[in-house]
This record gives sequence, C-alpha cells and structure tokens, in this order.
Amino acid sequence: MLSYIRKTGGYLDYTIKIGGEAGQGIQTIGDTLARVFSRSGYHVFTHQDYMSRVRGGHNFYQIRLSDEPVTASRGKVDILVALDRETVLAHEEELSDIGIIVYDSAAFQEKQDFPQFLDVPLLKIAIESGGGKITVNTVATGTILGMLGLGIDGFIEILSDTLRKKGEDVFNVNRKAAFGGYDFAVRNCPRCSFALSLSGLPLRNMLIGANEAIGLGAIGSGCRFYSAYPMTPSTGIMLYIASKAKEYGVVVEQAEDEIAAINMAIGASFAGVRAMTGTSGGGFALMVEGLSLAAMTETPIVIALAQRPGPATGFPTRTEQAELLFALHAGHGEFPRVIFAPGSPEQAFYLTNKAFDLSQKYQIPVFILTDQYLADSQWTYSGFNLNRLIYRNYRLTEPDLEGVAEYKRHAFTETGISPFAIPGASHHLVVTDSDEHDEEGHLVEDGPTRIRMVQKRLFNKVPLIRDEMAPPLVCGDSAPDIVVTGWGSTFGIMNEAVKTLSLTTKIAMLHFSEIFPFPSNRSFDYVEFLRRAKITVCVEQNASGQFARLMRTETGFEFSGTINRYDGRPFMVEELIGELSAYIERL
Amino acid sequence: MPTLNDYKGQVPAWCPGCGNYGILKTFKEAFVEMGIEPHQFLIVSGIGQAGKFPHYIRCNTFNGLHGRTLPVATGAKLANHEMLVVAVGGDGDCYGEGGNHLVHSMRRNIGVKLFVHNNQIYGLTKGQASPTSSEGMVTKNQPFGVLSEQFNPMAMAVALDCSFVARGYAGDQEHLKELIKAAVRHKGFSLVDILQPCVTFNKVNTYAWYGQRVYRIEPDYDPEDRLAAFEKALEWGEKIPIGLIYRKHRPAFEERVPVIEGSPLVNRPVFPDAMRERLRTTMEEYY
Repeated sequence: MLSYIRKTGGYLDYTIKIGGEAGQGIQTIGDTLARVFSRSGYHVFTHQDYMSRVRGGHNFYQIRLSDEPVTASRGKVDILVALDRETVLAHEEELSDIGIIVYDSAAFQEKQDFPQFLDVPLLKIAIESGGGKITVNTVATGTILGMLGLGIDGFIEILSDTLRKKGEDVFNVNRKAAFGGYDFAVRNCPRCSFALSLSGLPLRNMLIGANEAIGLGAIGSGCRFYSAYPMTPSTGIMLYIASKAKEYGVVVEQAEDEIAAINMAIGASFAGVRAMTGTSGGGFALMVEGLSLAAMTETPIVIALAQRPGPATGFPTRTEQAELLFALHAGHGEFPRVIFAPGSPEQAFYLTNKAFDLSQKYQIPVFILTDQYLADSQWTYSGFNLNRLIYRNYRLTEPDLEGVAEYKRHAFTETGISPFAIPGASHHLVVTDSDEHDEEGHLVEDGPTRIRMVQKRLFNKVPLIRDEMAPPLVCGDSAPDIVVTGWGSTFGIMNEAVKTLSLTTKIAMLHFSEIFPFPSNRSFDYVEFLRRAKITVCVEQNASGQFARLMRTETGFEFSGTINRYDGRPFMVEELIGELSAYIERL
Repeated sequence: MPTLNDYKGQVPAWCPGCGNYGILKTFKEAFVEMGIEPHQFLIVSGIGQAGKFPHYIRCNTFNGLHGRTLPVATGAKLANHEMLVVAVGGDGDCYGEGGNHLVHSMRRNIGVKLFVHNNQIYGLTKGQASPTSSEGMVTKNQPFGVLSEQFNPMAMAVALDCSFVARGYAGDQEHLKELIKAAVRHKGFSLVDILQPCVTFNKVNTYAWYGQRVYRIEPDYDPEDRLAAFEKALEWGEKIPIGLIYRKHRPAFEERVPVIEGSPLVNRPVFPDAMRERLRTTMEEYY
C-alpha cells in the first residue's frame, strides 16, 4: 500500500520516530536531528505527540526528512528510537521494510534477536564518555546520524553552540558521547542502508514551527505588548515573544487570568501600541466578553487561538479544529472580525503580519486560528521574504493632530473607520465607551445614533474587509473530478495526499487560510470550481464539519462528502489517502 | 493652568443627593489644584453608577466593562507609563466582579490610582447587596438578609502589602481632596475606598449613619506601621476611620520592567528603521 509514497530511485524520504517517557529528552533528540538535517539542506517535517504530564507516560517525536519538500508525517517509520519498552509495543507495527528499531538491551533488561532490532548500549556509552543518564540523548542522536551516514560535524557544531556556554567540560563529555554513539552505529549496523549524502542540496534550510512563526510575525509587525495566561498549545507564542522582549521592546505580561489578558491588551492598544494575546479554547471562553469590548470600542487586537480538543479541558495536548464556529460567533452583539487559519508556519508568519495590519486599519479584532498539530510542527524553508511584510502605521500622533480643531474618536466617515488618536499625544481627548456612544465616545441611549453606529461598525466596514481576504489556494488538476477542501492545519496533509493521488486521478485541493469574512469569489470563483467536480470532499479535524457548514451558509454549496477526524490525532498521509481512495473508487 | 471650567463634562445622570456628586466635585478641584490638564491623564472606568464618572469630567476616557477597569488600566499604563492613569469603579465593580484583578494589581504595584465609590449597595441594578453590604441587610434580592460576611477592602489591601491604602468619605470633601492628591502623587498602586451614601437604595448606610461614625485618623498615626495599619483597617462599626491607613515604599511595577526603561512604548516608532535588518538576524536563528 505504501509503494506509491516512496518513489523508487527518485527522491529520498525517511521517517525517524523517537519514543519514550516524558522527561527522557525526546524533544532534545528530535530538535537536534531536525536542525542537523535542515542545516544540511534537507527538507524536514516534524510533529510531536505528548501527554499532559511532565514525567512518565508515552510521548513521541516524529521527523520526516527528504530531498524534496515535505509537508506532513507518514505512517511508516524507518528508524524507531525506543527509549522505553512502551515505544516498541506502540509503534513496532509502523516499521517500514527497511526499518530498524534502536534500543538499549541493558535498559530494557531484555535482548531482542530479530534482525530489525539494533541493540545500542546507550547508557554504557554515556557513562564511558564521562556523562550520566542525561547524556543518553547525545549518544542516541550520534547513533542515528551514524546509521544515516550523514556525518557528525553538524551535530558537533550544534553541541558547541548550545553547550560551550555551560562549560568546556560539558561540551567535551557530550562530544565524546556523540562520537561514541556515531561510531557504534557505523560499526554495528550492517542493515543500515540509508546513505544520506550532502551533495546536490542547497546549502541550508530554515527550520521553524508555527508558534515561533507567529511570534516572529508579531515582533516583525511592531507588536509591543503581549499579555496572556499560559495554556497549551498557545504558550509557545508567549515564550517566543518573551525571549525577544528586550531586543524588540515588547512588554510581555503573564496575566492573572485570560479575562485580564485580553483587557490588558485592549488597554495597551487603546493607549497607542500594537497588542496581542494568545490562548486556547478554554481561555478564549473567558476572553469572549473582552472580544466584544474591543469591537464596541473599536480597539485593534490580535488574538492567537490555538485549538485543542474540548469540551472543557478535553485533550490538553492534542489536536482538533473545533473552534472555528466558536471564534466566528463569540462575543455578545454584532460586530466585524477577521479569522485567519494558517496551514503552515510560513502562512502563519505572513498572516500574523496581515492580522496586525487589518486589525489596525479597521480597528477590529483579528484571529489567528491554529491547533496543537500545527503549533508543534516544524517545516523547512529557504527563508521568509521580509519584503512581503506590510509596514503601515495608522495611528494619529501629535504631528498628525496639529492644527486639527476638533477630534472625535468615533467620527462618522465614509469607510466607517474613524481616525484613532493616541491619548495624551495632543490636547485632543480620546474618549470611548463600552456603552453605545456618540461620535465623541460619550454614552448615549438614543435610537438614531445607535443605528448610525451599527452601520458604521458593521455595514460600512465589512465589505471593505471582505475585499482584503484572499481566495483559497488551489493546486492540482485544473478540471478535476474530485476536489478536496480544507482549512488551517490540514494544508500539508492534503497537499501530500493530493500530490500522490494526482498520479492516478484528476484531483485538486482547495485550501482556505483566510476564512472570515468569507472571501469573495471575484478573483477566483471557487464555488463554480467545486460545482464542476464530480465529488467534493471537505476534510476537517472535528466531528461536526464546521467549515462545511460555514461554506453552506456563505455560498449555499454543499460538499458531497466529508472526512472528519476527532480522536485528537492528526492524519498521517497514508490515512488520508486511504480515506480519499474510498471516494475515488466511486468515480 | 487648568480651571474648573476645563473640567466641565456632561450633565450627570445620578440621583439628586447622590454621594457621587461630592466625589466628582472634589476630584475636579484636586486635579485643578494639582495643575493637571484634562488631556494629560486617562480615566478607565467600569460599569455601575461610578462607571459614568469620566463622562462627567473632561479627560481621556476608556469606559470599559464591569469589573475590568484594572486590567485595561494596567495595559494602558505599561504602554504609556508617563501618563497618569486613574481607575474608577464601584464596590461591585472592584470588590465583586473584578476581585481577582484587584488582588493582582496590588501584587504588581502597577502605577494606577484606583478610586472606589463604595456605597455598600448595587445602585445601577436597583438595590441588591454588594460585597460591602453589612451582614443581615435585607434587600429585595436578599430577603433573609445578607448571609456573607462584609468584605473589608482595607484589611485585604494591608494583608497584600498594597503600597497605598486609604479611605475617604464623600461627605468630608476637604479631607477627601487631600487624599486624592496624595493617591495621585504616590508611586505605585493606590487604593482609595470612598464611602458614598446611596440615597435611593441604601437606607442603612445614610449620610446620618456615616456622619455619626466617620472620624479622621489622628495626625500622629504612623501609616508605615503595618500591624497598626491592620488594626486600623479592622475598625468598623461605631467608629470608622478615614485617611491614609497604610503606605509602603516599594518600586512601582513600571519601574521594574526593563523593556520600558527610558521611553514609554508608545513613543517608540512602530517600525524602527532597522526593523527588517534586525528581523533578518533573528531569522538566522532558525537555520
């Protein structure tokens, strides 16, 4: 079944899975290997699966590397690094024809005689290098590089970068451990035939995850204030921005709760700086009141909403796309909002920039909707194009207000957008109210003003905002029999599935990353594109088909089929291909 | 120099005789006497009769949500720490709905001046008990009387080492004015609880009731003695002290955030010239 995934003699495509208990250093091994590969010019895709606990349990880190771009994880594993017995039990079935399981018989207290097992004395090598249990990671990383035949220089360089600051001794111990693992694999793995080489590849690739890309996009868009309450899987954004706080001049405040987090961001934004918050579903539930406040006071705000399965605490560390309609309908009252759902770290980077720009331009809340799968995945790129970033400041400062006789915060204009002054920057007063208000921002109760204000906030702005939304991305056959549609994090998986299936089927993909206001079909009539296909399938990581429902509401179009996954786990490429094949058979 | 005329805002929609009028008048006088111009400060208010306060003054105004004055004020202060940020709310706003924010604002010692119009009742929603209503007070919504213990904001503030803890009385405006000035001049978080009779709904805590009990704290009282302050904060009933109950000298939150050292965030260019170059360097970390 997998023969069509790996081209024979074409490109190289390996998957490495590192499994073990929380606290065993799985992430260190995974991150380091991924970095070595991307620096060597390989394309990498990583994803993580972890439990909501600090120690114990079963976690894994999966890396796919190829000399062609890769955008999702495969189900088959070529090297399985089992730091505990549970990993073997849970993932042995996933081993490919050439697959090898790396384990330490001393740790397992059991020797495996099957040929696919490679017994590496990880702990013994670690101790002989002068390190302890903690150095097992380094030995394991060296071992994998030895198995792949990629050389060890890249790894030593990373060790030098990260460990020399902890002392020369620490570095030397790890260097020795790395070589120990590497040499062992080179000498003792006759079955290893992976033979990676460094020739013919671009010099290096950038490796980045979605949370970091959002953080980078935020600081690159002039974000000066980030307030949030830690919540998986959004915390990475706050951690990233906090790590750049000093350099970029960003105040990062860990609020007492999500209610405070969004209100602080609104306060900072009103006072004149670009502000953002981030959370997951449960935290966003607390922010809903503040969302409505931002809308009424026309205060710009960017909200990163990283989804995880609910209801309530749900699966804290797993993935789902079930908050699209929540984000869409959240907040009392009627007001405009923008929802972006990037499908990759690259899209996350550019859309974060666009989120800041639109929130400032229209003085509205803008969402960046991700999920655990995307947040914890890493992709490789040659780089981001910084010239694509929009750098436009919309706030009125002192020079803009000089000579202005009268200033009204909520002045009626043709576009519905009122010039927004910075309080304290001039003699003009900036007044706003969560109550319905007049142009000056003072509380009113009369009907006619109310009508004009609703028209200003909603009807004047929404058509303009809709025009800013890009149509869905389309790829594959131009006159397809089957169209696969999705949004957000399923981009990479759908992309790979469609690429593979297009060898035998007239198939195309539609991917929506700018979701609301639903993009107009002026530049690309995607509804017509869908209507012409024989089969249209909407792929979503939720139970009820939220995007399919939105599509029906907005365009009247109904998909002929849906593929919904709601076990908290992402699709592997083979799994989606399998699901789609069932539809293709009906053609 | 500003005059009272510069502070003439909209016509208040409060009941005749409301304690809020006294607070409004005193607040304006204090600000005029301190030479503060209306555009030089921001009032963040919540919802309740006190929430309407900034509309009746001329100033930068963010009239936000019930209970959420302090987080908005905190965000604004961090964005522009050179601006005076005042928060105004009622007892429901600050001690009920926004209790958590009050606790953490005291911990942060953010330079926000909070004035609580404490009338011991919910006025806007027409007469339900508030956290500061006395135990046993019967209302339409508490037909068996208030069963929970009366909230003591002063004692909580002293317990949390709040850097400025004071109580004023709307009926003693001369005294209140000096408290307002001291609170504004204080570095860090100030809490001024202002006893304010609600002439429409609170038939227990009336002008007469307060008049018999309220007394100015003795001049020789040392507000920096925390244990004495705790004792003072617990005084309630026959005698109710007004004045500065507790003061602690400690740096304000905004003084301790290294990022805003030098110039306020709001004064910095949104896109510094070197932005793209700096980003390019940061992006290098991903190779």
